[in-house]
Amino acid sequence: MKRLFSLTALAVVFGCGCAQAQYSDGSIKIGVMNDMSGTYSDLSGQGSVIAARMAVEDFGAAAKGMKVEIVGADHQNKPDVGSNVVRTWIDVDKVDVIVDVPTSSVALAVNEIVRDKNKVFLVSGAAASDLTGPKCTPNTIHWTYDTWALANGTGKAIVKTGGDTWFFLTADYAFGHALERDTAAVVEKNGGKVLGKVRHPFPGTDFSSFLLQAQASKAKIIGLANAGSDTINSIKQASEFGITQGGQNLAALLAFITDVHALGLQTAQGLIMTEAWYWDLNDANREFAKKFAPQFKGVYPTMVHAGVYSAVTHYLKAVEALKSDADGKAIVAKMKEMPTDDKLFGKGTVRADGRNIHPMYLFEVKKPAESKAAWDYYKLRATIPADEAFRPLADGGCPLVKS
Amino acid sequence: MQRVAQATEDHAVRARSEAIAFVVMACALVIAPMFAYPVFLMKALCFALFACAFNLLIGYVGLLSFGHALFFGWASYVGAHAAKVWGFPPELAILSGTATGAGLGAIVGALAIRRQGIYFAMITLALAQMMYFFAIQAPFTHGEDGIQAVPRGKLFGLIDLANQTNMYVTVLVIFLGCFLLIYRIINSPFGEVLKAIRENEARAVSLGYRTERYKLVAFVLSATFAGVAGATKALVFQLASLTDVDWPMSGEVILMTLVGGLGTLFGPVVGAFFMVTLENYLTTIGQWVFVVQGVIFVVCVLLFRRGIVGELAQILRVKL
Amino acid sequence: MFELLGISSQALFGQLLIGLINGSFYAVLSLGLAVIFGMLNIINFTHGAQYMLGAFAAYFLLLYAGLGYWWAVIIAPIVVGITGIIIERLFLQWLYKLDHLYGLLLTFGLALIFEGTFRNFFGSSGLPYSVPPTLQGGQNLGFMFLPNYRAWVVVFSLAVCLTTWFVIERTKLGSYLRAATENPTLVRAFGINVPRMITLTYGFGVALAALAGVMAAPIYNVSPQMGANLIIVVFAVVVIGGMGSIMGAIVTGFGLGIIEGLTKVFFPEASNTVIFIIMAIVLLIRPAGLFGRAT
Repeated sequence: MKRLFSLTALAVVFGCGCAQAQYSDGSIKIGVMNDMSGTYSDLSGQGSVIAARMAVEDFGAAAKGMKVEIVGADHQNKPDVGSNVVRTWIDVDKVDVIVDVPTSSVALAVNEIVRDKNKVFLVSGAAASDLTGPKCTPNTIHWTYDTWALANGTGKAIVKTGGDTWFFLTADYAFGHALERDTAAVVEKNGGKVLGKVRHPFPGTDFSSFLLQAQASKAKIIGLANAGSDTINSIKQASEFGITQGGQNLAALLAFITDVHALGLQTAQGLIMTEAWYWDLNDANREFAKKFAPQFKGVYPTMVHAGVYSAVTHYLKAVEALKSDADGKAIVAKMKEMPTDDKLFGKGTVRADGRNIHPMYLFEVKKPAESKAAWDYYKLRATIPADEAFRPLADGGCPLVKS
Repeated sequence: MQRVAQATEDHAVRARSEAIAFVVMACALVIAPMFAYPVFLMKALCFALFACAFNLLIGYVGLLSFGHALFFGWASYVGAHAAKVWGFPPELAILSGTATGAGLGAIVGALAIRRQGIYFAMITLALAQMMYFFAIQAPFTHGEDGIQAVPRGKLFGLIDLANQTNMYVTVLVIFLGCFLLIYRIINSPFGEVLKAIRENEARAVSLGYRTERYKLVAFVLSATFAGVAGATKALVFQLASLTDVDWPMSGEVILMTLVGGLGTLFGPVVGAFFMVTLENYLTTIGQWVFVVQGVIFVVCVLLFRRGIVGELAQILRVKL
Repeated sequence: MFELLGISSQALFGQLLIGLINGSFYAVLSLGLAVIFGMLNIINFTHGAQYMLGAFAAYFLLLYAGLGYWWAVIIAPIVVGITGIIIERLFLQWLYKLDHLYGLLLTFGLALIFEGTFRNFFGSSGLPYSVPPTLQGGQNLGFMFLPNYRAWVVVFSLAVCLTTWFVIERTKLGSYLRAATENPTLVRAFGINVPRMITLTYGFGVALAALAGVMAAPIYNVSPQMGANLIIVVFAVVVIGGMGSIMGAIVTGFGLGIIEGLTKVFFPEASNTVIFIIMAIVLLIRPAGLFGRAT
């Protein structure tokens, strides 16, 4: 809940003739910025700081003679607040790398500043696929997920399993429109039909009118092109109006396990969504979750937290190899050159446009009877292999990609 | 005869103390960048100008506008759009923002002036909220993203504003210029009529003044200066976002003016610097900022109505 | 059935009904504001926060005391009403002699304090509060599925509004209230405790806001910001209706709810702003408001 604070500086520099690394200002400073008190504080928030800390510990920075500090800040989901924090961080506090930043509007603003000041930006929380498209920079890597991957995963997989008529409930702002546009394109490309759409004001509180229209359309799938509390409210009210009981399915185009937790399985059951990581997929993930949750008031890690862990790990590897943290472009180039490998995401690569490539997963929310423990919410419907999960390199429109 | 002489003498005394204060303020602002982060100072200056614009309305005409963010924010959007999309040089971008403030001020003023007191406040709030929703939906504002990467450009084609010092000097000159303009407006025959309207509108009407017209002109002037502040801010931060048109922003400028001192010349400036500094230090406490603001409101209204500068002026027995 | 501008009558009636439900909240809230303004000449900006407090009170009653919705409907308004009385005694009473704008600023500050405090403890995501079991489920009316709870909201709001109107306009207590608004000194001379009436009136207005909050808890999110944006719309409703009459506030509230509902069908993107646009139009044609007395 704090907007700016320093966590413990992690290591002591061993001055005994170890690797002679020149770190700007003597240490590597990692800035984790996200929503610490608002609607996204559970899916990122303090948890991302914890994930970064765990990454630094597991990397063994201390033993390698690297002094790493982590600072956190709250951007309150506002681009002006986020810009100010990042600018002050870089100019005054000598932060070297900015990590996480959910809320695409903030991420896009930070993207520009980090490029101008030649630092590194590792995006885990934000969704805008433009970050590896027209707005790509040599200083930014988009780590965890983006709107294209979500649209592709959810849209395509649902159409292929029979959900071929869609109605969109869209938040009337740029992000909602983008989500709707990407998903509609995927739906139609795979043989489905979009029966209609309605735009609700953003932010919305009462979706009853719009849900009624969705119900009247008789589409098999109601696509929720919104996020955060809008998604939660739409799902709650859809349940109240008997929409899911009436045979229509809701597809949440951007939702996290923390949203399912807030809704409860009774309301959220049957919801279909795409995520990049789930704590219960394998032993390494489970172990991470068990270590993470007690530090974050019992909340289990989301894909955003895992992305922060993975990104920070890879960043430290690159800095270690270069023996310097000063030149953002050089570090990112190194990160693209080295294949990624960590215990949470396994092996992967970072593409020329800054897109981190890994598989995506399609999940369905379990019924209450099927869940055996707290946070046991998902059943895996499909795995989308890494080479199909993200927008093809040539289609992005990123100026860094030589076509 | 004696009363006129007394009034003239008061005028001279007043001008002296205000002139001294102005010189002190200007000097302090000139050397400030050596001690403080220039971006922080520029932010404070933009808000100081915004607060001075707001104070023109509440302090000297007695009209509480609860929607001043409308002018500030939309001028910010238009200025940013002019600089980024239309490629205007910075001085024209700021002028575009100013014109936006003036235009919107005329429209909103014409509607709001029809009611008085509390209704006036509620109407300004409601209209500002309506324009907030427009800002979310209008394509050119890019909604949540805001207008980003606004180029600062070259002032008059010569001075590169990407240089922090150049930008600071520009902002300082704009601020001081507008401040002097506001001073001139307040201490003019027009300004005297405004103060008369604040004291007793019925009497002013009975004296033959078309008070509606005066109020509207004051409103438009206030909105115009708010526009200057907004457009300048867009260039300083190279960003125009929804925060600038949202109602908490209207609340902030009211708080700044209240804390600094309603109806004093320097009150808004002091109040703006106070609040910007406070928020800087309060960043560690997250959402408690709202609570602190609320407490300051309550305390000021109950106990501290004159504000910092007002109390100071009272103690020193000068006009500030 | 019939089609109107491409919308079937089914959808239309469904939306009208929903508009009526939203209108209920507008009506109860603007009623509270009108009552407070009538007596105290203060615009209670804290009204939105007190609406939120009512919803949270219901949530706490359920969570900590195990008391369900029906208890909350009675207890929450009383509890929040008492906090209102405390506010009036502590803060507002000093402002009656000053410019009314100070009252607006003070209540604005109080609203910030309440909302900021709750935001800190409860975040912005919202807390769950389920529909009471007796009101769950719904009726299939043929043209839409009407949840029972929403029907209850309309009926109960109407009852509350009409009762309040009756008390103020048709009973002796109400006549004392109205007299004290017009001429407090004279009414005091008759031996009626005017300050106490003022305090109780404020408490009552606040209780109305809290009652709306309890009604909102099961259908809207119980979150610290639930009142903030709503209060501005209610201000617009009050400006449109004019502060002159209680009945005016009620009628305007329900009416605007319906108009907003219709806008959601024909022009959904404008549904957030339609009330403000109407306010602008009313200001041009009838500045005193539809039911207001020209001052």
